[in-house]
Amino acid sequence: MSVLADTMASRRGAGARRSWPAVLHEWVVTVDHKRLGVMYVVSGLAFLVVAGLEASAMRLQLAWSGLHVVPPGTFNQLFTMHGTTMVFLVGIPIVFGFGNYLVPLMIGARDLAFPRLNAFGFWMFLFGGLLLHFSFLGGEGLYGGGAAPAIGWFAYAPLTERAFTPGNATDYWNLALLVAGVGTIATAVNMVTTIATMRGPGMTLGRMPIFVWEILTISALTLIILPPLTAAQIMLLLDRFLGAHFFDTQAGASALMWQHFFWFFGHPEVYILMLPGFGFASEIIPVFSRKVLFGYPMLVAASAGIGLVGMGTWAHHMFVVGMGSTLNAAFAASTMLVAVPTGVKIFNWLGTMYGGKIRFGTPMLFCCAFLFQFLCAGLTGIMLAVAPFDWQLSDSYFVVAHFHFVLIGALLFTIFAAIYYWFPKVTGRMLSERLGRWHFWLFVIGFNVTFLTMHVPGMLGMPRRIYTYAADRGWEIWNLVVTLGLPLQIAGILIFVINIVISLRRGAPAGADPWDAWTLEWATTSPPPVYNFDVVPVVLSRRPLWDLKHPDDPDGPHE
Amino acid sequence: VVQTPSMFTPASTPAFAIRELALIVFGITGVIFFVVAGLIVYALMRFRRRRGDDGREPPQVYGSRQIELAWTVVPILIVVVLFLVTARYIFAIERRPQLPEALEVTIVGHQWWWEIRYPKLGIVTANELHVPVSDPAHPTPTFITLQSADVIHSFWIPQLAGKMDVIPNKTNRIWIDPQKPGGYVGQCAEYCGLQHAGMLLIVAVQSREDFAKWAAQQQAPSRNDAEVRAGRELFSSLSCINCHAVRGTTANGVFGPDLTHLMSRWTIGAGVIQNTPENIRSWVDDPASLKPGALMPAMKLSRDDLDKVTAYLLALR
Repeated sequence: MSVLADTMASRRGAGARRSWPAVLHEWVVTVDHKRLGVMYVVSGLAFLVVAGLEASAMRLQLAWSGLHVVPPGTFNQLFTMHGTTMVFLVGIPIVFGFGNYLVPLMIGARDLAFPRLNAFGFWMFLFGGLLLHFSFLGGEGLYGGGAAPAIGWFAYAPLTERAFTPGNATDYWNLALLVAGVGTIATAVNMVTTIATMRGPGMTLGRMPIFVWEILTISALTLIILPPLTAAQIMLLLDRFLGAHFFDTQAGASALMWQHFFWFFGHPEVYILMLPGFGFASEIIPVFSRKVLFGYPMLVAASAGIGLVGMGTWAHHMFVVGMGSTLNAAFAASTMLVAVPTGVKIFNWLGTMYGGKIRFGTPMLFCCAFLFQFLCAGLTGIMLAVAPFDWQLSDSYFVVAHFHFVLIGALLFTIFAAIYYWFPKVTGRMLSERLGRWHFWLFVIGFNVTFLTMHVPGMLGMPRRIYTYAADRGWEIWNLVVTLGLPLQIAGILIFVINIVISLRRGAPAGADPWDAWTLEWATTSPPPVYNFDVVPVVLSRRPLWDLKHPDDPDGPHE
Repeated sequence: VVQTPSMFTPASTPAFAIRELALIVFGITGVIFFVVAGLIVYALMRFRRRRGDDGREPPQVYGSRQIELAWTVVPILIVVVLFLVTARYIFAIERRPQLPEALEVTIVGHQWWWEIRYPKLGIVTANELHVPVSDPAHPTPTFITLQSADVIHSFWIPQLAGKMDVIPNKTNRIWIDPQKPGGYVGQCAEYCGLQHAGMLLIVAVQSREDFAKWAAQQQAPSRNDAEVRAGRELFSSLSCINCHAVRGTTANGVFGPDLTHLMSRWTIGAGVIQNTPENIRSWVDDPASLKPGALMPAMKLSRDDLDKVTAYLLALR
């Protein structure tokens, strides 16, 4: 971050280097949406490294039967922290970080509607994340009951009750996510307000870039689904500190109530993470195919459809709790229904590429891999929606493979694409294409070695969240291959970090519009000035820069 | 004889049905994969920018109502078909009526072991479920009632049926009708705390005669051998009896496994180790050395007392 701070400071300070504390102070007190966006993404990537190291330790432990890399208690803490970190401290901040940075630029605004609320949201998220990780040091509390939380990221009742998890570790989990959740809600309010009220001249809703539509959808979704989780967490807090019995099954409570609360949040949460990924792909694929996005209205409708239907699918996480046949069938139906708008999106991207002149820059490479991996993720998702099939697959490694295809194979790949695509805008310098290709190939191969293979032990009966397994179970070879994909992915990430560090100093100057793109953020300088635009441009179509570059054939009449 | 608990080597009707459904779903999704992936590959190959491109933008196509309608309607049709198939299997498996000749078993999940009760036979055992083989012509299925004593667990024997969660304050039901004698392994499938990985369950499917023999042996009271009297008295004087039951003695605890016929089981510690005299002795000495986190405390017995208690336990055949 400091390097980035230097780069940006020196740009504004006309070469005069400022002292460390001054630069730090500037970043800490900032309310600029671009700086907050960068801080969101950078802290998300830092947490990604932490979560990746946790995953690596788990994979070493499971590489063969009966290993002793980490003790059982530590293993349980690792998967709890890995899952919690990836969802709440990597996924959410990165997608909202991009929203922060790009939404005002894309709609022709000078900042978000509530800049101070924006800063508040970021710091709540960051300190929530630090609080969670402080549990590694402070979680033992008065009772000496383990350090980091070991309740799984889903924190099922009644395992979270004091009777089963004494000590403070579970409370760290609960409080940290409450704090971070407040920050996320603040940011969602900010996004909805900004998109509703601060669009520039001519930027009607129907002309907004798809990415802005996705951010609008997920912000609305956040406002609907996050408060129930917050409410459930407060109930848990009351249970643990004031002796309430919301989830205390020993006092007659229902263990399933927590699951309903949690998954009513937890399932749409997947769409909150994934829709911005679709947004990245919908911005990048057209530019690199040199074609207008095929079927814009359907794509917007598909996003809204995924958001709406997605709120009625949560209990497919509960096919094995004994809900009864009618509910099982109903949630199988709603879950399969999500496949329709999702399929439409894939076809729209296909239609965009069809007849184009595709340039395989690094952002496009990541988008191509995303298409295949997201297709796989969608199809295994259909298998899991088939309730009886899910009775076998649920809580097995098949599910782990499935959602890593969604969150890594699809989301993280589009995030990488987005970083390669917008890095020039943020820093004024291009990332190295050569290193980008190395990053891409190492990561795409490593990812598939690990996660394609991981489907198999699941179908062979290997449950999730076990720290070891017996030698005669026939799972060893599969687990070994899964672990072997790890070094490739680590090498890919290392090259990515090196690429960023080198390119910040020595990357080729980007200019305002290095990709010959069409949305508004490319109309201003790279990096953009604090006030974003000298003159806020007037928008006449969905591709304002296309209109400028092709005055003889503007988009307007075709829309 | 442990084999890989693969859902593709089923031995019981629900598992057969799920495999059948899984193969149908594989077929449908496989076709979708090859069609869509093929189209993507084609588009990427055919429409990549060629060397010596003139730099002009390709024709811009903004959308097409017919095409978009087509690729919305086709997925909807596939989903409808898939849903009807799914619903059929859900109801066929879950709504099967219980036969009068079915065996009734109650399984109670504990941190981290399985309590197994046969209410009509008066048998209580742990971690190893014995059921008679079911002849498809004259099925004798086993209907299982699932309950939990503490947190959520999940009952999963992949070769016999899909999984079903074991939830406190909720009674779930599941049924199996294994058609081939043998041992089938499964383990708890819902994270339930420190030793979630050490909570295995073995299902022993036996011929009807063998099952009847086993049941008769389990119904017998505990053996009262004179040569292990010292061990029995020691056992009864220790806190062992607070958690464990040995029928016919003062030991009637319910927190730990019933030990009446301990030595009739193949494994101890919910499947984590073989049931051998050495392992029994180490377990009584310090369970955590074999299963870290097990809720039974180390008994801190002298060598001599340890030998006596072990001898007693070994006599519980």
